[in-house]
Amino acid sequence: MSELKRTPLYEKHIKYNGRIIDFGGWELPVQYEGILKEHEQVRSSAGLFDVSHMGEILVQGKGAFDFVQNLITNDLNRIGDKQVIYSPICYPDGGCVDDLIVYRYSQDHFFIVVNAANTDKDFAWFKEHAPKDLLVENLSSQYAQLAVQGPKAQEILQTLTDFDLNGIAFFHFEPEVLIAGKKCIVSRTGYTGEDGFELYADPKDAGDLWESLLNAGGSSIAPIGLGARDTLRFEAKLPLYGHEISAEISPVEAGLGFFVRPEIDADFLGKDVLKRQKENGADRDLCEFIMIDRGIPRAGYEVFAEGEKIGFITTGMFAPTLQKNIGLALIQKKYAKSGQPIEISIRNKLIKAEVGKGLFYSKKTKRN
Amino acid sequence: MNIPEDLLYSKEHEWVRIDGSKAQVGITDYAQHSLGDIVFVELPEVDSEVEAMSEAGIVESVKAVSPIYSPVSGKIIAVNEKLESTPELLNKTPYEEWIFEVEITNTEEQKDLLDGAAYKKFCELQK
Repeated sequence: MSELKRTPLYEKHIKYNGRIIDFGGWELPVQYEGILKEHEQVRSSAGLFDVSHMGEILVQGKGAFDFVQNLITNDLNRIGDKQVIYSPICYPDGGCVDDLIVYRYSQDHFFIVVNAANTDKDFAWFKEHAPKDLLVENLSSQYAQLAVQGPKAQEILQTLTDFDLNGIAFFHFEPEVLIAGKKCIVSRTGYTGEDGFELYADPKDAGDLWESLLNAGGSSIAPIGLGARDTLRFEAKLPLYGHEISAEISPVEAGLGFFVRPEIDADFLGKDVLKRQKENGADRDLCEFIMIDRGIPRAGYEVFAEGEKIGFITTGMFAPTLQKNIGLALIQKKYAKSGQPIEISIRNKLIKAEVGKGLFYSKKTKRN
Repeated sequence: MNIPEDLLYSKEHEWVRIDGSKAQVGITDYAQHSLGDIVFVELPEVDSEVEAMSEAGIVESVKAVSPIYSPVSGKIIAVNEKLESTPELLNKTPYEEWIFEVEITNTEEQKDLLDGAAYKKFCELQK
């Protein structure tokens, strides 16, 4: 077994009684005081997350724009400087290499944040497709990443900086902001369905930033583990690589067609397949469902309708804020309609559920 | 960690309260703590037969599904139905909330269970 990696905040997780688990090769806290309590803390006030395991890749030089555009399925022209865009990146067959967010400094300079477990794969993929004279660098070990999320996130963060955070709109960023005297990239982004910010800082400043944020928030903020990060993202219907999308699931199948733009001129990887799927519909569709009878749906459980297997659950759980057992399932298109009765195979018993719409948490992010 | 001395314990972290030929079964403080927030309980059927250390029910935390084993063989004579609507009681008061009650068929099996002191030692070795 290879040695587990630690983020620069490992000592803080111990100090704050985090329960450490092996999370894809990283020693990170699954919870501090309890997943349900932490979930509620973020929905009602504010929470602080260590997401330093995420990967950061720098793309810089002439041709950076075209290079990035040829990898991502979204339209890079939809953002200007100091803006952020979410996008899947795909294989030629339409399956996903990863999903990521792209920070645009300029036409020739992008900072790309990728899933921790995919960092090495993504970096290799980038290098494989990059023109020789373009700088593509894996900066993952040079950045700590902290997320401050929740309705009180801005109020708390504002006490630590002279920079007016109202100047950072949703999915915008500021490359150099002093937070508690430490230089950070600050974006109004997150993975919880709440308003909030993500900070990228020098790893040696991470511990001080962590303490400053907790002190500034007092009882309004608490450290949040990866358990609640997953319940929060799921309840807000935000996709997770390896669940809603993967090498075997295209973004169109996963209901992320909005982030796939085959109408642009660039021939990004996967364009042909994804274009056809968008025009004609894919064979499978990711749909929301709710349990009718007792049972908790979980990832990987099989889904049935009219006595036949029609797909599987990508994520399911007890949604803490909604207090409902809900899930997302990738199923044959003809069954993916609101009101469709389905059954979930839970421990070899078929339990009644129903396809629905609007079952999930309405995001409170500050969109303009 | 709370381990009452008047109960018997299994190595799967169930507790057993024996009263004559009846045994109440629940999960220990150690179990509820390592599971985290419990959000679902599946109870056995009354009148069903269970064998010692076979699966008799399910508890689900936010993250995981875990079987509950019956530490003794016998017939299920009662289940704690309120756990279906308030599973969090297993986190709050694990020793007050028995999950099911068994009419014991083999009293010899109790010899395989741990007393409080032995269970405490067993838990410490798990760390």
